[in-house]
Amino acid sequence: MEVLFAAPALPLDEAGKYVAGAYIVFVVLLVVYVGIMASKLQRIERDLDEVAAIAERNKENQAAPGREAEEAAPYG
Amino acid sequence: MYGKGLKPLSIATVAMLALSLSLVFFYAPLDADQGFIQKIFYIHVPLAMVALAGFVIGGIFAIAHLRTDNRKWDAYSYVSIHISVIFGVAVLITGAIWAKASWGHWWVWDEPTLVSFLIVFLLYATYYPFRYAIEDRDRQARYASVFAVTAGAFVPLNFMAVRMAQSLVHPRTFATADGGLPGEMMLTFLCCLAAIALLWTTLVKFELTAKSASGQVKRLRRALDAPVSGGSSRIAPEVS
Repeated sequence: MEVLFAAPALPLDEAGKYVAGAYIVFVVLLVVYVGIMASKLQRIERDLDEVAAIAERNKENQAAPGREAEEAAPYG
Repeated sequence: MYGKGLKPLSIATVAMLALSLSLVFFYAPLDADQGFIQKIFYIHVPLAMVALAGFVIGGIFAIAHLRTDNRKWDAYSYVSIHISVIFGVAVLITGAIWAKASWGHWWVWDEPTLVSFLIVFLLYATYYPFRYAIEDRDRQARYASVFAVTAGAFVPLNFMAVRMAQSLVHPRTFATADGGLPGEMMLTFLCCLAAIALLWTTLVKFELTAKSASGQVKRLRRALDAPVSGGSSRIAPEVS
């Protein structure tokens, strides 16, 4: 913190808002990109959950081959 | 596979960005001519340089794709161009902010540096609809590679033409008769350039990792004879 206090004061007058604006634009673009990537990763995670569930169902069906037929026609 | 080394790369990028911002605001001296507004230079110029280099790198990956017919290189080319276009948006906005502060106008149409970058940006903006317009994935990848090679060759030609043109108002910072940047400013600029180049590399790797994960999930679904949710993207190449 001492380094920050020892640093020269930034001239945040007329020019300050433009400089702040330019750096904020950069950060906002970065955050938007990371947000879009986060939503893509969530979708991949959801898809993986579904695939895992399908794989488990397939495995159970292979373990008990007659069960699928029983489930399809329970009163038959 | 693509995610290998992503964590240390991300940490290095964040550290380098933090160091660069500290140097910009607490180390680099104020410019005698422009004053505080010149601080925009440290973000605007590295973004422009990395974006243009990214377009050329996209062209080089496209050459590799055309030579080997390996779809991996098409994905590399697509992602390089994609990240460079995002950087291009940042270049145009930060440049416009600097122009408003320095010249009093958001945009100057008779300035070759500005207009040439806009032309390059718009050229690459057409890359997406161009890819999207082609249904067949093999043809799409081949035509997109030809586009990337042609446009990638245009970038350095365009840059040289602009350097040779007599600039009206846009500053020429490097290789000037006056000696260019002083030491402290040059060090700060080089750190910023390294930080932005690292950021570009990290984002390219991040995007490729996400595409690879998505492609592998689709392959798993096909292997399990399960329906593929949402269908496959016609624009983005699938990475396996």
